[in-house]
Amino acid sequence: MIVEPPPSELRRHRFVGHKRRPVEDRRFVLGRGRFAADITLPHLHHVAIVPSRHAHARITAIDASAALALPGVLGIVTGPQLRARTKPLRQYLDIPGVDWFPLAGEIARYAGEWVVAVVATERAIAEDAVDLIEVSYDPLPAVLDPEAALDPASPSVHPSHPSNVLYRRTFVWGGVEADFAAAPRTLATRYRWHRSATVPIETFAVTAAWEPGTALLDVWASVQMPQFPEQIADALGIPLNGVRVHFDVDVGGSYGVKRGIKHAVLVGFLTRHFGVPVSFVEDRLENMRGGDMHGPDRIFDVTAAYDDRGVVRSLRIRTIDDEGAYPGRSPLQMGKPVGAIVGAYAIGSVEYEAIAVTTNKTGQVAVRGFGQAPTNFALELTMDRIARDVGVDALEIRRRNFIQPEAFPYVIPSGTAYDSGDYPAVMAKAAALADLSELQRWRAAARAEGRVAGIGIASCIEPGGGNAIFQALFNDNDKTTTFPESCQVKIDRTGAISAQIGIASSGQGHETLVSTLLGEIFDVEPDEIRVIHADSLAGLPSQSPVASRMAIVLGDATVGAARRLREQMLRIAAYDLGRAPGDCAWHGTTVRTKDASGERTWLEIARIAHLFYHRLPPGMEPGLQTQFVVEVPRGGTLPTPDGRVQMYPCHSFSAHVVAVEIDRGTGKLSFRKYALAHDCGTVINPDIVRGMVLGGVAHGIGAALYERFIYDADGRLLTQTLADYLMPTVHEVPLVEMVEHETPSPFTTLGQKGVGEGGYMSTPAAVVCAINDALSPFGTRVDHVPVTPVDLLERMR
Amino acid sequence: MSAYPVAITVNGKRVERTVPARRSLADFLRDDLHLTGTHVGCEHGICGACTVHVNGVPVRSCILYAVQADGAEVTTVEGLSPDGTTLSPLQDAFVECHGLQCGFCTPGMLMAATALLREVPHPTDAEIRDELAGNICRCTGYQQIVEAVQLAARAGAGR
Repeated sequence: MIVEPPPSELRRHRFVGHKRRPVEDRRFVLGRGRFAADITLPHLHHVAIVPSRHAHARITAIDASAALALPGVLGIVTGPQLRARTKPLRQYLDIPGVDWFPLAGEIARYAGEWVVAVVATERAIAEDAVDLIEVSYDPLPAVLDPEAALDPASPSVHPSHPSNVLYRRTFVWGGVEADFAAAPRTLATRYRWHRSATVPIETFAVTAAWEPGTALLDVWASVQMPQFPEQIADALGIPLNGVRVHFDVDVGGSYGVKRGIKHAVLVGFLTRHFGVPVSFVEDRLENMRGGDMHGPDRIFDVTAAYDDRGVVRSLRIRTIDDEGAYPGRSPLQMGKPVGAIVGAYAIGSVEYEAIAVTTNKTGQVAVRGFGQAPTNFALELTMDRIARDVGVDALEIRRRNFIQPEAFPYVIPSGTAYDSGDYPAVMAKAAALADLSELQRWRAAARAEGRVAGIGIASCIEPGGGNAIFQALFNDNDKTTTFPESCQVKIDRTGAISAQIGIASSGQGHETLVSTLLGEIFDVEPDEIRVIHADSLAGLPSQSPVASRMAIVLGDATVGAARRLREQMLRIAAYDLGRAPGDCAWHGTTVRTKDASGERTWLEIARIAHLFYHRLPPGMEPGLQTQFVVEVPRGGTLPTPDGRVQMYPCHSFSAHVVAVEIDRGTGKLSFRKYALAHDCGTVINPDIVRGMVLGGVAHGIGAALYERFIYDADGRLLTQTLADYLMPTVHEVPLVEMVEHETPSPFTTLGQKGVGEGGYMSTPAAVVCAINDALSPFGTRVDHVPVTPVDLLERMR
Repeated sequence: MSAYPVAITVNGKRVERTVPARRSLADFLRDDLHLTGTHVGCEHGICGACTVHVNGVPVRSCILYAVQADGAEVTTVEGLSPDGTTLSPLQDAFVECHGLQCGFCTPGMLMAATALLREVPHPTDAEIRDELAGNICRCTGYQQIVEAVQLAARAGAGR
């Protein structure tokens, strides 16, 4: 099913909202993408890693003599050697005593943690050398369960930190106690979101080359993260202008996890240490067990207070998040949900306790939605429980609790204003697209035959904009309020337009975004516009494409730059025509006097700007170039002392309707229907928006039904390969029907909002709600993901 | 490390090299021939990103040794376009349907689907899904890929 842009959109814009082929796609189908592992340099050497075999152990000896004797091996580096000459990697919490380095020091804190790095002329030789290195360990007791980690008597992951609890804070927004006391009904629930991740098909890869002649470290990496060059420079102790990260590298998927900061610091160290360019391309095992790329691993306790109609007055949410051995930025994934803590519902007060614990597992990292998917899962399952308690259906409970369209901008208890939306209308569209009443007849008929069938409904707020103010929310010493994005645009003497952006892309279509918006503002065919990715020294401030933010912030920066140049060109034309700028206007790509007596074409204006200084308005600088840097709309404010904060500026919305059938004999789940309605404000490219949503749904199906990093009792990862860690193939993802709705944001230049994470945030909730509806005749349910066939068979006994 | 001479016809061009016995076909294509369109995602035969054609049959080049391809005709994604610039009908359909995002799995998807359309010029939806089930895409949710193969079939890509 193809999404048609709303007719209003087509009238308003020439390119925005119309079907256009994404410009990036051409190079990829030709096999001409340029990924990090494709970068070659003269004398390039390669890295392989010796991992820890134990979840927790003291490293007593390392014997690398046989490895060093192997022809082609340049050398090895151990943790103590590296640690003596680098600073710890950045943690975003204040957690003294928790030091994170690329290689383990005296203690290995999880099975798979990197212990030794080998550098050789070929990857295969480096791997041979890994097999020849003998590491002696003295095993220590490990803690693997997040609740066990709360126990002060549990084995200490970082003995120099007071406990395994890295963060614990209870926020109270509004009159929670009074609301609970006044509510006729309460319900306590518990949910488990097991450890999974986005697992891009490209593993992390980074190549670095240190040039002593210029004291410059060049880095090519498959990276998607903010503050990447800064963290490399800090850890290696070199000036920030001594690090050049090349963002003209195609990134083979990320969805949050392509952080690779320890990888980059390691190869940055190795290239300086050995004096040769060094490349590290994770193999799948290194990626899965030691890449520090697992996602949230959470327990939720949710208590709701509501009335007899199921209208929710207040929520108490406690979440324990297992960060693994090194938390990095991951605890902040409990911070972002603060900005949408009530979902789409008009809930008056909330108590939210966030607890981060450390365990002997690989470190957690950002995953699509930055923590919102688990939180939305807990919220939506709670809504279904309330519906059953008061005896209304899943659609009605949501209707009764939705924030109403006239209430925007709507401030939720935790202080964030939602910009715009029409949740009842979008939900109604989803129900109509799914033909809900027909599905209900199907379910009744199926159940009459003894089959196990259910319908799930879920909604989701998708915050967009990437105001990472949760840094300040979770750390009083972090006063960062600036989360900029930028665009540089120039028009050359032939009139050709080029733009430069300061980030790498991992499939989001930023070149299409920028060229479409420039084409729209300039009234020029977007395919004639060149968009390139700057390196970190040439580029302007950027916070990277996280948090569904680029349509909003890069979009606004692009429009801002284009409007500025257009204004300059009009002034040039007017001056050359001997008129005031106010007497002239743009007609397509030509500036005309309003009395139609004279005009200057695009090319004439470009030539005046570049070649004929004598015809430029006095004082104007030659050429046609500008830059535009934006702060996130509505950003720039620190949280209040009680933790109220304006998180992201824009709030997309989606509603999913899912029908499933479960085989009683095998527990296998099949989809009867998957329909959703989606509202991300003004759509810029319909195919890209659709792809982002459908891809998020597929990823959410994986989280709901298949994907889990499972550790054995000794803390060894059992799901290390793609044969064990199951990702959905084309057989596991159903046909998804989708319809768009458009509620523009009042806070962006064209009304656009974010897209990219919402499908993943909604789908696990929708699928498990459908499963629970199917299981309801058995008087049972599931409260965790992933839900396996065995889980279902047990409950259907 | 023992090395063996191989002669392989890659994208219509005969190449002769001496390769270590343990070198995978994927590494041979990428590192020896600089055909980096073939991507390596898992190195254990699951993800399908490294799919190429050997004597017209789609195979995973990460779990085939280069020496096993001695004497064979190998086609990579770089060989799909007749001149390296013009898109084949299937490549064109992938762009038209936006059957990709990050582009990493795309070469393998294209090779799998090209083989399907050659065998079955007008496949059903189920046949398309069966053929592509050995290739994992993490970006798209597959729907736009399936649509692209359907579009290419309608455009006569399999003729």
